[in-house]
Amino acid sequence: MSDPNASSIRPGMGEPGTTRTSHEHHELGFIRKYIFSVDHKVIGIQFMLLGLVFFVLGGLFAMAIRYQLAWPWESMPVIGDLLFPNTGQAITPEFYTMLFTMHGTIMIFFVIIPLLTGAFGNFLIPLMIGAPDMAFPKLNMYGFWAMIPAVGCVFMSFLQPGGGPGAGWTAYPPLSTIASASPGSLSAQTWWLLALTWVGFSSMMGAVNYVTTIVKMRAPGLTMFRMPLTVWALLIAALLQLFALPVLTAASMMQISDRVFQSGFFTPTNLVINQINPEGAGAAAGGQPLLWQHLFWFYSHPAVYIMVVPAMGLASDILSVHARKPVFGYKPMVYSMCSIAGLGFIVWGHHMFASGMNPALGMTFMVATMMIALPSAIKVFNWLGTLWGSRIQLTTPMLFTLGFIAMFIIGGLSGIWMAATPVDIYIHDTYIIVAHFHYIVFGGSVFALFGAIYHWYPKMFGRVMNETLGKIHFVGTFIFTNGVFYMMHQLGMAGLMRRTADPYDYESYAHLQPLNVFITISAFCLFVWQIFFVWNFFHSMFWGKRVGRNPWNACSLEWEAPSPPGHGNFDSPLRVYRGPYEYADPSVEEDFLAQTRDIESK
Amino acid sequence: MLMRITVTLLMAALLVFGLVSWADYDFWLMGPSPSHYTWWWPEEMSTLGQHADNLFWLIMVMVTVMFVITMGALTYSIWKFSAKRQDKAVFSHGSHKLELLWTAIPAAMLLVIAFSQMSTFAAMQFDSSMEDENGEELPVLCEIWASQFDWRFRYPGRDGRFGTNDDFESAYELVIPMRDREPDHDKKKNIFLLRSRDVLHSFFVPHLRFKRDAVPGMTQRIWLGVDDEQLAEIMADREDKSFDIICAELCGWGHYKMSGRVRVLPDAEYEKWVDEMTALQFGNS
Repeated sequence: MSDPNASSIRPGMGEPGTTRTSHEHHELGFIRKYIFSVDHKVIGIQFMLLGLVFFVLGGLFAMAIRYQLAWPWESMPVIGDLLFPNTGQAITPEFYTMLFTMHGTIMIFFVIIPLLTGAFGNFLIPLMIGAPDMAFPKLNMYGFWAMIPAVGCVFMSFLQPGGGPGAGWTAYPPLSTIASASPGSLSAQTWWLLALTWVGFSSMMGAVNYVTTIVKMRAPGLTMFRMPLTVWALLIAALLQLFALPVLTAASMMQISDRVFQSGFFTPTNLVINQINPEGAGAAAGGQPLLWQHLFWFYSHPAVYIMVVPAMGLASDILSVHARKPVFGYKPMVYSMCSIAGLGFIVWGHHMFASGMNPALGMTFMVATMMIALPSAIKVFNWLGTLWGSRIQLTTPMLFTLGFIAMFIIGGLSGIWMAATPVDIYIHDTYIIVAHFHYIVFGGSVFALFGAIYHWYPKMFGRVMNETLGKIHFVGTFIFTNGVFYMMHQLGMAGLMRRTADPYDYESYAHLQPLNVFITISAFCLFVWQIFFVWNFFHSMFWGKRVGRNPWNACSLEWEAPSPPGHGNFDSPLRVYRGPYEYADPSVEEDFLAQTRDIESK
Repeated sequence: MLMRITVTLLMAALLVFGLVSWADYDFWLMGPSPSHYTWWWPEEMSTLGQHADNLFWLIMVMVTVMFVITMGALTYSIWKFSAKRQDKAVFSHGSHKLELLWTAIPAAMLLVIAFSQMSTFAAMQFDSSMEDENGEELPVLCEIWASQFDWRFRYPGRDGRFGTNDDFESAYELVIPMRDREPDHDKKKNIFLLRSRDVLHSFFVPHLRFKRDAVPGMTQRIWLGVDDEQLAEIMADREDKSFDIICAELCGWGHYKMSGRVRVLPDAEYEKWVDEMTALQFGNS
């Protein structure tokens, strides 16, 4: 930190944010340093803590959902009195719709996206490309602080009459637009839409920053094809957000307008709800519910890739470091991520095969969806190629990454049935879908995130997390994750529909309760098991083993900076000579050849 | 070493678990099922469902092959390459040939799946607008009306026209003729109009492998055909002669209880049922 001198790394990048943070040596106060910080590392950690807190909340919602599915309408022991004093300590149907709506909303918009792009995007991008900070540090700060109104709107929506939105995280109108259709569609739905809009602002500011930073601020010698795959993945995710988010924002505004000003984008004419013509619906109307579905999925399908592509990047990096072997097929990896992003924009209709959309359109979406399975397959093969002939170190980050690959294989393969339209007609909206996307988002993204937290923790806090606890955490998480989500395939094959509060009145579902009890017990175990992580995370922050700059002997640039890096990140100028994965290079003695090491002029 | 064994076993267990669960579903039940329902899909009784089921099995074969290759390679590599060794890993950045190989083969498999399903999908989705030999639209059997939280079925009555005074309505139970007088298997079609009064619903009959959202403001022509041989087989050992209708799209707090039943009758019995309903209609008025 003696002479960071960031501008000498990249002459001509003399824009205010970077020069101030690196040249002036004054100490910032606590508030400027940790609360209203413009430092990308602090913002990244802020996003991470926010994401982890919401992870607990979303997880609790999941536990309540599981309780209801195993023992519908039964009073909850111990906490029932506290939570449901007026309804016999049991969950009500209205409350159940709120539970799964908010479980989805929180996990997607407040956990996975902030953790992947917010936390790791912010923390890693400047470090991995050798930049002193983001291109727009203040915009970056606003990006985090835009999450606070979003959080506020979510909590406001819980306080509304009706007790929170209940139209699903997909918020299909007219259920979501007409107040008399559902208790959750009183004022809560409007707050929900506002929350989504604020999350959108936050992501947008982040995305602008990531793209600019990656394009303009790479260290000398760091060409695009020398960037770590994590940076590529985050760049692609940022581009997805830039193109898709405006559509979601517009759609949210249209739905707010339908709800507040009785416009008729999505509300058809002549609805009869509970024997009456609802107010507003008669006034304007003429709308089309399918329009919302198209607009929503035009964002939310790319959002699925925003939730998994960065995880693929993180996993590729961790895999290469701990396998001590270069990533197999670097360029095919990049191209397959690009094609996932490109195709990601023309497959949204596969969420709508049963929606009443023009079937000719369904055919095109089906073919596009089949094709998008290809780049994912290529990535799996390349990960396996990376492992082949490697020297695997079974550290905790590696274990989670191996878990990620296994889960991604299962989640990826089950997706093929969904793309096949005649089969999808049966499995659409059943628990097979629930199993599939939880394998991708929990088994995939969350496992990669755990791996990434264990892997980059030393860089964030200068200490490592406890390996033994980490391994215990992995084994239990792996077993219980499969216990929960694998068995959901079976439920789905039996035709069990998602979002069904009490399925056992149906003849078709009556025999499924024991299976649901098993899943619920696995889910409780999975939730409780995370104590090992929480303890490890906070304990290691203060009492973990101190480590130097490069505890994993990795090649990429972030390991050149001190742990944790100070303002301006790097204490000496960087020059990059090669790609980020030069492990096992026979021309040097060590089994890694750092990107910055100059072996020719020695 | 402990971790090496543990991870390898976990991965191997997942591989075996995956194969067993897909290959043999009776395995899970540990004995005969107490009802007609298993942890697999229910029997199939539509004229098209068999095509969908066959497609499912085609994909199953391909997916199983891919699953065994990828999970097998993962499990093997974890065991093989996590051994403690002093030498370095293989220094390789990839192989153009392998990339081509594992791009081309999955691409071919995916295209096979994509093309083999088109005719079934087209039949499912387009044949509802089919015309008979004389170019006339096929008559509509009944209107399916969804509303929070019940199903109502409006039949045109004896005159075959909606909006006349012999229309009658059946709540909860959809009754359809087997069309056993129709010798041609492909023509055993019943046409329905699917509509919603309020919010989105979805008409799902697991035994018919059919699901379609009921969209307010839209009238959709759909068709269902019952394969009478399949049906006879299913009916043979069943007490209850009807099947579940399930709402498959979130429609509000009562979504979970929006159920109905579908009953398939031989043509003669169906006619009798229409007579009864018509008599009831005029008897009440």
